[in-house]
Amino acid sequence: MLKTPHTSDRTLMIVFTILVLAGPLILAPVGAGYPDLMQRFVIYGIFAIGFNILFGLTGYLSFGHAAFLGVGSYSAIWMLKLLSVNIVPAIIFSVVVSGLFALLIGYISLRRSGIYFSILTLAFAQMSYNLAYSVLTPITNGETGLQLELDDPRILDGASESGQVASPSLFGFEMSDTAVVPFLGMDLQFNVGFYVSALILIGMFYLSLRIFRSPFGMMLRAIKSNQTRLNYTGFNSRPYALTAFVISGMYAGLAGALLVCMDPLAGAERMQWTASGEVVLMTIMGGAGTLIGPVLGAGIIKYFENIFSRINESVVEGWFSALPEGVTDVLVAVVSPFLGSGWHISLGLIFMLVVIFLPGGLVEGAGRLMNLVVRLWQSRKTGASQSDTGPADGVTPAEEVSHRSVNTRES
Amino acid sequence: MDAILLQILNGLDKGSAYALIALGLTLIFGTLGVVNFAHGALFMIGAFCTVTFNNLLSYEKVTISETEVSPWGTPLEIETPYVELWFGDFGAMMIDYSVFWSILFAIPVMLLLGIVMERGLIKHFYKRPHADQILVTFGLAIVLQEVIKSVYGANPIPQPAPEAFVGSIDVGALIGMTENSVLYPIWRMVYFLFAVVVIGGIFAFLRYTTFGMVVRAGMADRETVGLLGIDIDKRFTAMFGLAAVVTGLAGVMYTPILSPNYHMGMDFLVLCFVVVVVGGMGSLAGAVAAGFLLGILQSFASMPEVKAFLFGFSIDQVIIYLVAVIILLTRPRGLMGRKGVMET
Repeated sequence: MLKTPHTSDRTLMIVFTILVLAGPLILAPVGAGYPDLMQRFVIYGIFAIGFNILFGLTGYLSFGHAAFLGVGSYSAIWMLKLLSVNIVPAIIFSVVVSGLFALLIGYISLRRSGIYFSILTLAFAQMSYNLAYSVLTPITNGETGLQLELDDPRILDGASESGQVASPSLFGFEMSDTAVVPFLGMDLQFNVGFYVSALILIGMFYLSLRIFRSPFGMMLRAIKSNQTRLNYTGFNSRPYALTAFVISGMYAGLAGALLVCMDPLAGAERMQWTASGEVVLMTIMGGAGTLIGPVLGAGIIKYFENIFSRINESVVEGWFSALPEGVTDVLVAVVSPFLGSGWHISLGLIFMLVVIFLPGGLVEGAGRLMNLVVRLWQSRKTGASQSDTGPADGVTPAEEVSHRSVNTRES
Repeated sequence: MDAILLQILNGLDKGSAYALIALGLTLIFGTLGVVNFAHGALFMIGAFCTVTFNNLLSYEKVTISETEVSPWGTPLEIETPYVELWFGDFGAMMIDYSVFWSILFAIPVMLLLGIVMERGLIKHFYKRPHADQILVTFGLAIVLQEVIKSVYGANPIPQPAPEAFVGSIDVGALIGMTENSVLYPIWRMVYFLFAVVVIGGIFAFLRYTTFGMVVRAGMADRETVGLLGIDIDKRFTAMFGLAAVVTGLAGVMYTPILSPNYHMGMDFLVLCFVVVVVGGMGSLAGAVAAGFLLGILQSFASMPEVKAFLFGFSIDQVIIYLVAVIILLTRPRGLMGRKGVMET
């Protein structure tokens, strides 16, 4: 029933790598093939993978992950300002800083679990937001936010004398460089920043896969399924949960650093509770506890955010223009509040529907669909005696169910 | 001395709002065991009930004056609200006191909204994990907030207090200190008194009525109450409605202090979660006490002396979170938390 984890993981990894690297080719036909959006797909994918290591494995629902994203952004932009516009020190520094920050917050928040934990992380994120927005204005530049400037010291590569603000680069390759290749009537845009982030995403995906398969990952799953029992067997679960929290905070910091590297701006609004909520949405939407789910969710939400919010009333009218006038007016009146600037309403509704009907996210939905197809196919093959297939393998139905749930979780 | 008194008074109005919202949160949590992330949205909707009611009241009839002429030569348009046409002075009074009248409007709206929310959505989540409850109410909060935003726009809509309540009272003179040393806006005093009345009413309702007794019994042991042949679900639904009303009224009365905007709910909700955690999850008295306490603390933190002491950093935005951290490290159950409530 299960393939050996080794081969199936290798296939997953290869498919994932190919899909990510072929991003410009795949996304161009659906109108998302421009660098800015593709970078965001990949970066928020990293963010969601990190969040999933905490929420998907340990079941601790953090509502304050945007704080780490923000901390990562601020540390990265300071490195770009002070050291050099090379992104390597910026990324390393922000991962370290956000890791330390996560250690501090995790140490306090993980003293409680369940609802308390969610509330505490939310409170910490809101506190960080307030700190960044008003209290620590000398460091964060408050409402305006930070950006690269001409008179930045930049100790390593020297201040720019060319009279224009340098943009972040990796050993001479500027992040904003894009090669445009015409292909089948489309303009494929191959962007340096996208490929840097994509390579990091692939690395981070591999890391999360290894964590999922490791004894450490099993330990985290044990925390999710029954922490009390785990404690009674003599394990102290808190260090494991704290490690997961810190790792996940470092992922968020990395994502924050990459955001700054692609577009050198850091502002406090990146730390607001809405941003924390967004990563929760992405992970749940794709499927918490699955490997591929968070990346999928991040892509879908960022895609629809971009596409939906650009649709205005006249576009909607265009859709229904073939219908009689009265019907068009009614349809436009019904549909347009959910699109354009009101797209957050539809986001909230979709999210509620997913939580209510499909708690496992889209991956579970796909798994159910697959199961249905397989069952239909089997029942056609074996005729009416379809109910015998389970026990025939020597597995009791209960075991089969548990196997299947493990199967869908990890796919 | 007068500075301290002034800070205490300043903290009272914000503390009242915290206490009322936290009370609603705790009522829902204590009865149904659900953490309601959409609770802030209820506060916000309460505030927008006032806006709606005010808009309804001030529908105007435009008549063109025959004799008077406006400064630029066109006939003067006289706008008279319909209620004033129909009821005369009573109508004018209604417009002036619209905040109080909108309480009457908000109670049925909030009650209905609360009951629909519980029966339509939250009922299905009792057996689901806490994470799912948080997530679905979070989604609902987004939807409610965005609906309000698309109807009323993103800008705050100022609401005036009744004419008689504009201005300040000289609290210092009342208690025998020098005059004009402690001035306090009248409306904030009204808000504080209102909060005290509502909180007292809720506690009396739970303490002295049979309905309240049953609800308290259900909070302690839901199953046994059910086995005694009492339909506890119905009563808990009513309590959800009541909690929605309390929170909505907190929003209605808060409008002259803070102009309603679509994100005020979430701003308050985060703070009120902290209040509930500090007070002790599931403890009504703890929620109220912590609400007032943190409100007052916040106003002390905004004193210039405190700012000077901390090398110019103003910590009034973060003091509540700092206190929450300290409380949680020293008393993990909060100020008045009981053993066994939300231990996991």
